[in-house]
Amino acid sequence: MDSVAQRLSAVGAGAALELRGVTRLFGALAALTDVTMTVRPGERRAVLGSNGAGKTTLFNCITGDFAPSSGTIRFFGEDVTHFPPYERIRRGLRRTYQISALFPGLTVQDNVYLACRGVSRGRFSFLRPGQNDALMHAADNLVQAVHLSAVKDQRVAELAHGQQRQLEIALALAGAPRFVLFDEPAAGLSPTERAELIEILTSLPAHIGYIIIEHDMDVALRVVESVTMMHNGRVFKEGVPEEIQSDPEVQELYLGGGHE
Amino acid sequence: MSLAQDARVAARPATMAQRAARTWPEINNPAAWVVAVILLIMPLIANGFFLIEIFASTLILGTMALSLMFLAGYGGMVSLMQLTIAGFSAYMVAVFGISGNANISLGWPWWLAVPMALALATAFGTLGGALAVRTEGIYTIMITLAIGAAFYYFTNQNWAIFNGHTGINTVATPHFWGVNWRADIPFYYVVLAVAALCYFAVEYLSRAPFGLALQGVRDNPRRMAALGFNVNAHRIAAYAFASFVAALAGVLQVWNYRQISPGSVSVGACIDVLIIAVVGGITRPIGPFIGALIFVLLRTFALDFLVRLGLDGNRFRLLIGLGFLAIVFWSSDGVIGLWQRWRQSQRRPAANQPGRGRGHG
Repeated sequence: MDSVAQRLSAVGAGAALELRGVTRLFGALAALTDVTMTVRPGERRAVLGSNGAGKTTLFNCITGDFAPSSGTIRFFGEDVTHFPPYERIRRGLRRTYQISALFPGLTVQDNVYLACRGVSRGRFSFLRPGQNDALMHAADNLVQAVHLSAVKDQRVAELAHGQQRQLEIALALAGAPRFVLFDEPAAGLSPTERAELIEILTSLPAHIGYIIIEHDMDVALRVVESVTMMHNGRVFKEGVPEEIQSDPEVQELYLGGGHE
Repeated sequence: MSLAQDARVAARPATMAQRAARTWPEINNPAAWVVAVILLIMPLIANGFFLIEIFASTLILGTMALSLMFLAGYGGMVSLMQLTIAGFSAYMVAVFGISGNANISLGWPWWLAVPMALALATAFGTLGGALAVRTEGIYTIMITLAIGAAFYYFTNQNWAIFNGHTGINTVATPHFWGVNWRADIPFYYVVLAVAALCYFAVEYLSRAPFGLALQGVRDNPRRMAALGFNVNAHRIAAYAFASFVAALAGVLQVWNYRQISPGSVSVGACIDVLIIAVVGGITRPIGPFIGALIFVLLRTFALDFLVRLGLDGNRFRLLIGLGFLAIVFWSSDGVIGLWQRWRQSQRRPAANQPGRGRGHG
């Protein structure tokens, strides 16, 4: 009971994300049961667990895609449990999706521009952005940061899988993110692309914390400082990567047992 | 970085096409200039019948269908109530303005009655939209169709405001600066100006944050919410804009026929607007106008054509229906889709030659 995360959250009350007893039922099925978790600002954490452990449901509850059946979620001290997703996003929460959720009919540049526009004023503006539009520049910089400048005027439907995954990350980094949820960002990436992903994650500014769901231990454990193991919708274990890796129960459940 | 290298090669042709699209609409397209000039000098080449019955009617119907194209093409929302909104606007012009039914019309001058009609019709469409955005796909179609059908039966049965099935006749049209604006040539230019304004507004909006966000909502509403957009508010705002466009067309419609009756807002007429938009193509704002031209030409001349073949002239809808079937069968984005594919097939042999070497990079 004295994991790094818990010790740190006991010191400072200013948690980035604080879940208390979050439960989510789908009919009779409990996808999440009594999940309590505290993540401090700037903390980087992995959520591990086999398929069906409730990892993505956890993300959906945090962003408001689904409301939790019970429990509370606080984001930087504010109770956001009943906020619609866009209110949470405007407060600095971001997420990526396991299966790319992009705008295939629009260009790469427009995808990123929308992400920048979504977290600033003028979402309903009838005026086209001009030559010196600050958000256009912000979008350009983001496109460059994820190595997509060469295809920025291409429609997203025409991009390769790896490029779509990179765009997925760019959309989550628009504006001034304070906390990001990455849902299997390495899924389907080549080894080269994985290296690029690790570089992007480790070069994020220190104040941006994140939770990453990742099946690839090589990626996950290299970019986080703490780990939460989930099993059957419950938090099973928390600790630093070394503790989790060497924990016999975890090995039994996940590392040794393989994926179901 | 092999990934970026490959992408750069593939990107080149698309980049140039997109760059051109980013500047003002079709400014480098000679065909667009030719069409613009022909439309402007139309009164010199066409007689009064063609000017009003063909071209003004096309532009009015095209503007109504444009409001549907904006919702369906950019927002992914198929609304069957666009004609109802136009009809409501037309009724309001007749009710607030001057008409032969003095017991109903309030007798306001046109410059008061028209803004009132536009405001009320936009509010009506926005409310209908606020109901419709709670649903998706076929349910949106059903709700908007229900609103259209309800309005049709209401106008039929309400005598206090809508004057029942006889409707409101001899609606006054504007006269000012010594011009009768319903005379053929001035009216043609009024219609052309309004249609052009709506066309360019839609074209311009498609690249403005509001329009881009609407296309984002069409492609992936859930992700739009996860980017900070209030998806329902955006959809309702799109209905408001589209309703205003439809309301403008409604004002022109009542000035054109000088009367409005339930027959003009029937369910069949609502579906005609959908057919016009789909036949023309809902991916670009020019589509609805092409669809409207085809519709009006068929409506006007198919009768003579059928009679000449020894068939019942009233079967012109059969031709429209067959044309509709043929177009949705061969091209999901209407006539402009067919045209674009033909253009691409013309261009491809030329483009392939120099591009062959690069393909292997």
